[in-house]
Amino acid sequence: MASMEISQSLTKTTGTSISKRLKKQHRPAEKLIQGFLFLCGAISILTTVGIVFELGKEAWLFFRTPGVDLVDFFTTTTWQPSIGKFGVLPLVNATLMTTVFAMLIALPLGLAAAIFLSEYASHKARSILKPILEILAGVPTVVYGYFALNFMTPLLRSIFGESNVQIYNTLSAGMVMGIMILPLVSSMSEDALSAVPRSLREAAYGLGATRFETAIKVVLPAAFSGIIAAFIIGISRAIGETMIVAVAAGSGPAFTFNPFKGAETMTGYIARISGGDLAYDTPDYNSIFAIGLLLFAITLMLNILSRRLVARYREVYE
Amino acid sequence: MTSQTNSSNVIIQAQDLSIFYSSFRAVKNVNLGIQRNKITAIIGPSGCGKSTVLRAFNRMNDFIQGAHISGKILFHGQDIYAPEVDPVQVRQMIGMVFQKPNPFPKSIYENIAWGARINGYKGNMDDLVENTLQAAALWDEVKDNLKKSALALSGGQQQRLCIARALAVKPEIILMDEPCSALDPIATLKIEDLMRELSEKYSIIIVTHNMQQAARASDYTAFFTMDDDRAGLMVEYGETSQIFTRPQDKRTEDYITGRFG
Amino acid sequence: MNHDPFANTAHNRDASGLARRHRTGKTWQAIFFSSTVIGLLALLALLATVLDKSFSYVAIEYKVEPASLAAKPLDELTDAELVNLLEANLSKNRLRTLDRAKTLTQRTHSDLLNLVYENILEPRALASYSISQWITNSQQIRAEVAKKYPHARLEFRAWINGNFLIDPLSGDPLLAGVRTALLGSLYLIAITIAVAFPIGVGSAIYLEEYADKKKWYNRIIQTNIDNLAGVPSIVYGILGLAIFVRTLAPITSGAFLGNADSNGRTILSAGMTMALLILPVLIINSQEAIRAVPNSLRQASYGLGATKWQTIWNHVLPSALPGILTGTILAISRAIGETAPLIIVGAATFITSDPSGPFSKFTALPIQIYNWTTRPQEVYRNIAAAAILVLLISLLSLNAAAILLRNRFSRRHA
Repeated sequence: MASMEISQSLTKTTGTSISKRLKKQHRPAEKLIQGFLFLCGAISILTTVGIVFELGKEAWLFFRTPGVDLVDFFTTTTWQPSIGKFGVLPLVNATLMTTVFAMLIALPLGLAAAIFLSEYASHKARSILKPILEILAGVPTVVYGYFALNFMTPLLRSIFGESNVQIYNTLSAGMVMGIMILPLVSSMSEDALSAVPRSLREAAYGLGATRFETAIKVVLPAAFSGIIAAFIIGISRAIGETMIVAVAAGSGPAFTFNPFKGAETMTGYIARISGGDLAYDTPDYNSIFAIGLLLFAITLMLNILSRRLVARYREVYE
Repeated sequence: MTSQTNSSNVIIQAQDLSIFYSSFRAVKNVNLGIQRNKITAIIGPSGCGKSTVLRAFNRMNDFIQGAHISGKILFHGQDIYAPEVDPVQVRQMIGMVFQKPNPFPKSIYENIAWGARINGYKGNMDDLVENTLQAAALWDEVKDNLKKSALALSGGQQQRLCIARALAVKPEIILMDEPCSALDPIATLKIEDLMRELSEKYSIIIVTHNMQQAARASDYTAFFTMDDDRAGLMVEYGETSQIFTRPQDKRTEDYITGRFG
Repeated sequence: MNHDPFANTAHNRDASGLARRHRTGKTWQAIFFSSTVIGLLALLALLATVLDKSFSYVAIEYKVEPASLAAKPLDELTDAELVNLLEANLSKNRLRTLDRAKTLTQRTHSDLLNLVYENILEPRALASYSISQWITNSQQIRAEVAKKYPHARLEFRAWINGNFLIDPLSGDPLLAGVRTALLGSLYLIAITIAVAFPIGVGSAIYLEEYADKKKWYNRIIQTNIDNLAGVPSIVYGILGLAIFVRTLAPITSGAFLGNADSNGRTILSAGMTMALLILPVLIINSQEAIRAVPNSLRQASYGLGATKWQTIWNHVLPSALPGILTGTILAISRAIGETAPLIIVGAATFITSDPSGPFSKFTALPIQIYNWTTRPQEVYRNIAAAAILVLLISLLSLNAAAILLRNRFSRRHA
């Protein structure tokens, strides 16, 4: 009753009833904008769907070509399409070799650099060294390829003898890849080390531990999952890297364990085949997709694993 | 506890209002009628839901995931939580000044003009800016350079700018969430004087944890406390002079005499 | 002996143990420091290699000696004199072809010089010796050149020079410049940004301002973006090949505009592929920039009765813009250096005409570097090095711009 009087009196004074003034307005522009923005977000889904669909489709066509057998694909060691041999092992082997060489450099040096920057370096030292590592990370990979061919390979040849080291070899490419990945491993490991709370370090110092003992026995184990995550990302990067191996590792599949010999990796193969004349729907064309799918699957699994580990250590400390 | 005062002068009224964050009830069963053109203070110990209640009046709680209410809030008799009501409109009619001054990183002029413009103001902007700055007791201090950045003002000046900005959209009610807690005592007094002037044309609800301020500056006071289930509830409401001299509930008396809170 | 200060205390700690621990610590500290410095050394080695090969002594054999053409050095001749030389030494057919491409009298001085070199002098680079080789072995090099290439002269050549940027690509390494590739890269980046920026910022706004993070589909979108950021660039190239070059060929080749002789290997396809590549990183960076906007700003806007979009457009975006721009610049600098996706999408291996639009065949700076690096002749290593310098300097400027932008922003809001 009283409220009716009020709303009536307000109607008299303002001319419009309160319910009308408060009523929901049509704002089609807002809805449209929201829809558009959602579509933007959805495009990323389309990308993934596209990758899986297209790669899967062509890969399936590849495995359906007569003469291509799934088991042979994964187990035989000859890749020579001209005589109908489609064993992917030479390519996978070369990828693994370059990855191993890269990790031999990137993991220990990256971790050591991370420990130095996180536990030892003064502000001034950090302000100089960190940007340098960031610059290393920003150099385009084709430039690293040039570096591998024109510096690392001649260096190896002069050390081990020109007759022993071929011009294209997996060791040179792998080592330069390691230098390229070093900043990535270093920065991720440093994040993990920095996330360990200061109180833990102070507890160790308080017991009379040296800086080294604290870093290695207290901080490093505490940051362990984050460091493993960094290693995994480094490996994933190495597997997916193309230009350095395309330039320096060799063209032409070869199943060998000799680091001084050239051998084509999965990525190098894809680059070479698609750089030439490409007739659609030939086994060569389709094989790119099969191998690309393999690459995608491997790197995706590694990345997911790494992110899980990072989420775990974030949970513990933040 | 209900408010028993002149009901035809009630501009906004909470009826059996409970506020929930997901399944947790933060405030329970509030019945509170706010008198038009008066200053109503909401006081009580920390955590008892004062700000939550205040923000319910202009539907700012809507931005919190899982926040919802039961009961009603009647603004001129219309429930502002009814489904056909536009919360954006509610906020134009019920304005807010926040605890920490938050002017836009724009000029003094633009801070005031922007709110008016998006609400469709078509009149003379210069006049509007001058009028609201006068009403907020800031005009004399800034009139020489309205293009200066709002961030260059002192804390007290920024808060008065925020008040001017709120006035520019022509609300009927101004909600103030501990507006002086980030300011020094002199700036605080200026704001309190300002509130008194503003109450001639607007209705003001102020949340404060400063009892002296409530006693000095308000006409009516509502005292809230936290119940055993951690939900806030209104204990007592009345004219400020009565609450502070003859509180009727023992909890109110304990709080204002400093025995707890 | 042992000068350990604790040796005389009542506790009688194992003094040598403490000293040994400190020594171990110091050794390892040195190891850690060296590991960090190895990065610096590698960077220096890289720069040294590139710079070394950017300048060299070249053994050039001219079909016609420059001195026999004119009394003065060729670049001191006037345009008219150069045109006379051309008319005197070239066949009528050749003159007509050149003139039809662009009238001789209207060509620039450097253009005419190039023509003289290309058509009359016809230099051939037989061997190239980098600066470091020259400094250590100049006598031997001279002797070797005299013996192996008796008709050649040793000239010093700075491969990185102004003309390098202006000259078009050429089959002859002595005459090659990177203009075609630079323009290709520029067109490419333009398309990449035009596509990736609105979609990327739009996605970031959606994810940060509109999406209910608890809903399953929004979480999938976010996880998906995080995953896509780690996919190797070559996979994006394969995707681009399948979708833009092949499936969407009618659109990307410009066939609907009537180009008969065209396929999907155009700048448009490459630009869209690169856009997909940098999209995840751009989204993640923009999200961070938007997240950094203080909530009090949004509350102030809503409190005045503003709608969500009004708040975003008028307050959140302007505040987040410097961060978004910095992230975009960093994404661009990554895109400029990417080679693998371009190879797969079909960058042309040899092309001399400047790109004329989104439907042109194209090449890009990193592609040229790749091409030249993989050629066996040493001269190609030289121009590859010069091209690398161009690329590195561009990247440096871009990143410097990003850092300046970031600093200016943080100072303004300090």
